[in-house]
Amino acid sequence: MPKDHDGIGASTKRREDVRFLSGAGRYTDDINLRGQAYAYFLRSSVAHGNLTSIDTAEAEAMPGVVRIFTAKDFEGVGGLPCGWQVTDRFGQPMKEPGHPVLATGKVRHVGDPIAVVVAESLAEAKDAAEAIMVDIDELPAVIDMKAAVAGGAPLVHDDVENNLCYDWGFVEENREAVDAAIRGAHHVTTLELVNNRLVANPMEPRVAVGDYDRTTGEHTLYTTSQNPHVIRLLMGAFVLGIPEHKLRVVAPDVGGGFGTKIFHYAEEAFCTFAAKAVNRPVKWTCDRSEAFITDCHGRDHVTKIELALDAEGKFLALRTDTLANMGAYLSTFAPSVPTWLHGTLMAGNYTTPLVYVNVKAVFTNTVPVDAYRGAGRPEATFQLERVIDKAARELGIDPIELRRRNFIKPEQFPYQTPVAVVYDTGNYHATMDKLVEIADVAGFPARRAASEAKGKLRGLGIAHYIEACGIAPSQLVGQLGARAGLYESATVRVNATGSISVYTGSHSHGQGHETTFPQVVAEMLGIDATQVDIVHGDTSKIPMGMGTYGSRSIAVGGTAMVKATEKIIAKAKKIAAHLMEAAETDVELAGGQFSVKGTDKSIAWGDVCLAAYVPHNYPLESIEPGLEETAFYDPSNFTYPSGGYACEVEVDPDTGKVEILAFSAADDFGNVINPMIVSGQVHGGIAQGIGQALLEQAVYDENGQLLTGSYMDYAMPRADDVPMYAVDHSCVTPCTHNPLGVKGCGEAGAIGSPPAVVNAVVDALAARGVTHIDMPLTPARVWAAMNAAG
Amino acid sequence: MYDFEFVKPASVADALAALSDEDAKPLSGGQTLLPTMKQRLAMPTKLVSLAGMAELIGVSAEGGVLTVKGATPHAKVAAEATAYPALAALASHIGDPAVRNRGTIGGSLANNDPSACYPAAALASGATIVTTAREIPADEYFQGMFTTALEEHEIITAVKFPIPEAANYQKFVQPASRFALVGVFVAKFATGVRVAVTGASEEGVFRWTEAEEALSSSFTPDAVASLKAPAEGMIGDIHGTPEYRAHLIGVMTKRAVAAAA
Ligand SMILES: Cc1cc2nc3c(=O)[nH]c(=O)nc-3n(C[C@H](O)[C@H](O)[C@H](O)COP(=O)(O)OP(=O)(O)OC[C@H]3O[C@@H](n4cnc5c(N)ncnc54)[C@H](O)[C@@H]3O)c2cc1C
Repeated sequence: MPKDHDGIGASTKRREDVRFLSGAGRYTDDINLRGQAYAYFLRSSVAHGNLTSIDTAEAEAMPGVVRIFTAKDFEGVGGLPCGWQVTDRFGQPMKEPGHPVLATGKVRHVGDPIAVVVAESLAEAKDAAEAIMVDIDELPAVIDMKAAVAGGAPLVHDDVENNLCYDWGFVEENREAVDAAIRGAHHVTTLELVNNRLVANPMEPRVAVGDYDRTTGEHTLYTTSQNPHVIRLLMGAFVLGIPEHKLRVVAPDVGGGFGTKIFHYAEEAFCTFAAKAVNRPVKWTCDRSEAFITDCHGRDHVTKIELALDAEGKFLALRTDTLANMGAYLSTFAPSVPTWLHGTLMAGNYTTPLVYVNVKAVFTNTVPVDAYRGAGRPEATFQLERVIDKAARELGIDPIELRRRNFIKPEQFPYQTPVAVVYDTGNYHATMDKLVEIADVAGFPARRAASEAKGKLRGLGIAHYIEACGIAPSQLVGQLGARAGLYESATVRVNATGSISVYTGSHSHGQGHETTFPQVVAEMLGIDATQVDIVHGDTSKIPMGMGTYGSRSIAVGGTAMVKATEKIIAKAKKIAAHLMEAAETDVELAGGQFSVKGTDKSIAWGDVCLAAYVPHNYPLESIEPGLEETAFYDPSNFTYPSGGYACEVEVDPDTGKVEILAFSAADDFGNVINPMIVSGQVHGGIAQGIGQALLEQAVYDENGQLLTGSYMDYAMPRADDVPMYAVDHSCVTPCTHNPLGVKGCGEAGAIGSPPAVVNAVVDALAARGVTHIDMPLTPARVWAAMNAAG
Repeated sequence: MYDFEFVKPASVADALAALSDEDAKPLSGGQTLLPTMKQRLAMPTKLVSLAGMAELIGVSAEGGVLTVKGATPHAKVAAEATAYPALAALASHIGDPAVRNRGTIGGSLANNDPSACYPAAALASGATIVTTAREIPADEYFQGMFTTALEEHEIITAVKFPIPEAANYQKFVQPASRFALVGVFVAKFATGVRVAVTGASEEGVFRWTEAEEALSSSFTPDAVASLKAPAEGMIGDIHGTPEYRAHLIGVMTKRAVAAAA
């Protein structure tokens, strides 16, 4: 078989799109089991209150009701676990209040589940839910983070003083040195900013279907998850007490996750539990309004950042003070987001020698907050790239030049940052050069003049980001408080005719793994990528998997697959050596053919595979028949993608409306498997970043009612809100510690774009005295800022 | 959604008969009513469908008046109201294609959402709302947010728009819903200029008489440049303060005049 053109580096079209674009995707809501009943959650309509009584008697007698569940039914069951324990500045563990499956004693946010009706139909379940009598003694709600920790505020959890989950300092030993450096600095730029609260809004809302086989005692949960094995682990071990061999978790086609489908949710545990309790399948489908008040939200930081510089603009020290919203309960990975996924990135691309990050995590009567595309890294990048821009303006240094002066130089890698991590490779000067070229920075003054002639204010915003992907070295994250390992597994099963099924613990929910993973295996074996298929998302098929988030799939899951394929090649060479009567060391594999060095002997890939399964002529005394290998891979470091982003805007001075005219991204993702898919990931990330910068915000009123609970008020970016992008990933410094030299690209766009957009708008309005506007930069806010300053 | 009965009468007369039940409601494009029912915020026992009824669909122009029948979808107005281009343009920017293919003028005017577009056109044009019972001048029809002169079970059968010499609608969209955060419809007639504002006021659509006077003497953007709509009584929400909305009224009026003149 000739070496095919669809291996590494080919922009192969996404094979899964045939299914998705023709309506043939099979999502969790498409699963309907025989005899299935429907669950409807009765949720709290108040943000905070004591649950004094729940009377289900009348509801239970309603037509179609199978059973009604309340917290009483879950007394013997664990709460939803938190997967990461943060240790505070004083060496104490964070406060970790319980998170019951159904609200127990108290409701703590609008949407907190109080009871669940399981009925023959969804309509009957809803009717019965209306007949449940719930008495809630309403308590004052605490929504604002500053007020929550100020002392004397209502307590979300009675045993968590001042609503403070933890007070984290990093690097705590640097605290005084940073203070001293800032006190003595030539110049200090200070900025207070908000990283706005977001709702992820994947296109597919969450769904769970629980099933139970009483003949085998086996539970199955179909769920919209980015990591079915993690759900099996958390739910089996901590919530319901079901051993792995009796619990199968399946995440079929999943329509977008963006982080919010990482976490273990109450509805999953409920459907699994209820299926056994009522002895029939139980299905729950979230509707969009329910998603707004139950899916974990993202971001929601309030930060003060100070950057100390010398007279030449060299960064001397950086100090940040952040309040991070946890919402009402600790979601699965919530504590890690504002700490280890945030503080470790505060050095950015720069040589700042001293960094101190303080984060206070706060409970409020709002939906839990957890990872959302980028998780912690966008928050870090936003602060840093905003404060650098402000410093540049204050010192009268060009913002690109100021960044260049402080970039880590290519020859300084590997680079130990003052915030614990070691960057293996990078070349920030190269990505900045590329950015300056593709964004035509030189032509900006002329374009600005043209805009001015039309009465519009034009601005150019620059940002340069670093992120830590390929999450994560298990031993390291274990020391940092992770309660899980973050390796990945893959099984490569070669079938008798040479076709291949790869079982990967990574999960694809839009990323295109079904296309890119085969490209890698095909490249290694020299066969056609169409010979390789990916199987994912089912704990009964895949040995183990930590799932997809943190741009980890190709770097960690892909590496496991490479390792398993290497084992396949090693074994296949043994078989080929036997068949060709040659020494194993003389056998080479190229273009799908095994050959003997220095001879014209060769044998095709497929013939070797066949011999493995029809071992008539086979070295049975030294190797087993069959051709299937599994590998687990645990990375030795994070990967560090980076890149320069530029945004060009026009602001309408009459209305404050911002229009994005151009957006350029020059990323270094290391080696790229499928450039088209990588561009698509960057496009999507930038669209979400533009959404955060200009449009999106989850707003609660002081009583804890979500004012932006539908698309009537929560503004998602639409096609005409975003420009055509100029995306480049030709700057490549391969990752040094994985065999593919890949870094990951899934989150970059959402990390690098918000500061670029805000910097552009501030640039447009600087002449009018504007130095900062908090996201989202809605027309009303921009207009108000323009008029307040001017 | 709660259970309800659905009837599809063949004529307006049959529809009126079907509507005589208590808690029966006309259903037109369903773009407002159905989402409300899905959220269980409305519970009519019977829906009487007007959609697709031949006698309620059509756009025609005669004697300086454009008549749009009550159940005419926005897309049809956008395509066929060529005699009144400003109205066609307004219809072409309501919602998205799905909304424009279902949603109707009668539904929009009956609902009288304070941010809807058609009320501004009807009021600025001095339109007449024709119902199964009577003809109602626009100046008497709009009575505040979601409130109109319609009696229960009265059906809008047509809207008659006097065609102005010049007109334009400027819509500044609310970023999420893309309804009007502020929309201004300016219509210039031989007898004077009418200016109607939607999206801004807590009282719903209203006429900005100060601008009307200024524009009636000089139909130029400059004539309204120095006018300021008062912020008092304007809507304040997460999308804009009363001051911002008041400011936008001025900006949008100026732009509408510039585009129309
Ligand atoms: C996504 C989206 C975006 C939208 N964007 C805009 C926008 O930008 N601008 C805008 O103006 N509107 C917008 N709308 C609203 C849209 O124009 C609706 O079509 C309109 O408000 C209602 O019309 P309908 O025919 O769908 O009425 P329905 O939903 O069927 O009915 C609405 C109400 O009117 C009553 N009714 C209907 N027809 C009659 C009649 N002939 N006589 C008496 N009562 C009647 C019904 O009983 C009901 O109470 C949007 C809607 C959606 C869903």
